[in-house]
Amino acid sequence: MSNNNWHLYEVFIRSKNGLAHKHAGSVHAQDAETAILSARDLYTRRGEASSLWIIKSSDIIASDPGEAGELYDPSDDKIYRHSTFYTVPDGVKNM
Amino acid sequence: MSVAEKYIGAKTPSKPETIYMLRLADNTLILGQRLSEMCGHAPEMELDIALTNISLDLIGQAKLLFEHILTLEDLAPNADVLAMTRPLEQYTNCLFVAQPNVDFAHIMLKQYLFSTMQKLQYEALLESRDETLAAIAEKSLKEIAYHIRFAKTWLLRLGDGTEESRTRMADALDCLWRFTGEMFVRDAGLADAVNAGLSTDFTQHYDGWTLEVESVFTEAGGLTPPETARMIMGGHQGQHDDNLGHILADMQFMQRSYPGLKW
Repeated sequence: MSNNNWHLYEVFIRSKNGLAHKHAGSVHAQDAETAILSARDLYTRRGEASSLWIIKSSDIIASDPGEAGELYDPSDDKIYRHSTFYTVPDGVKNM
Repeated sequence: MSVAEKYIGAKTPSKPETIYMLRLADNTLILGQRLSEMCGHAPEMELDIALTNISLDLIGQAKLLFEHILTLEDLAPNADVLAMTRPLEQYTNCLFVAQPNVDFAHIMLKQYLFSTMQKLQYEALLESRDETLAAIAEKSLKEIAYHIRFAKTWLLRLGDGTEESRTRMADALDCLWRFTGEMFVRDAGLADAVNAGLSTDFTQHYDGWTLEVESVFTEAGGLTPPETARMIMGGHQGQHDDNLGHILADMQFMQRSYPGLKW
């Protein structure tokens, strides 16, 4: 069949115990309504969800994998940004 | 017990309650079975899972009903035997649910027309004297609401879509409309169930249902139901067309070949 009218949507699910929506996968659909229905049918079959977000994959603004080096590598050696870098002074009772 | 009954292992119900519930169970069993034929054949993977989800909902509703029937009348040793081993004329589903899938337009229109009827039929059970049946109806109504939403979405998109999709939906309406009257017929089975306090008479909503679905047809590219001289009926009385025979041949094969077989 022709796929001209089918778009890719990304699916985000918030589980029943709350917290943030997490990326679950993607679906093919014509529009927002059918995308929500398909996402419900594909990703919430086993009681996973209390809420769904969908977004057109083409609407996602992503970082360029080719720039990963300059974007993320500099943070690899900044160990002082982790709390484990610091020793707790003797006098501190609760942290 | 007749020879046939001994062979098949399921008796014919004799109480107004079980007669009516068997009809409800057969409706969802046969539509669920018909829909399950699409497993692996839908136009897209997403739709494949959607259709089998709905099919499983319907068969699940049938299972609850069959099991409840057996607590009221000893018709068979278990729900499988009751569901799977009766001869064709003992199935009391309406003719509508056994109609062939043909194409995606047929499938969606059939689901829409059935589910909108089923909503009224099950709402009429919520105040039932039988509390278990009322609970089954309440649980099923959530599933039905989704089936309506899903099927209506596609009815609108196909009816108001391309020239081909509209033609296919119009063909489906021409084929299926003549079977819709039976779903709302107030026959002895329903009247007895109403008298027994099992259900209220949902067929009083027939005119409202007709107006509702016709307004959706109008929205779906201006579809109109065909002129129908008379509605085709008989399923509730066990007078079925060839379609049910083909469904039963597939559905009953395992239980008839290996009686009592379990997964």
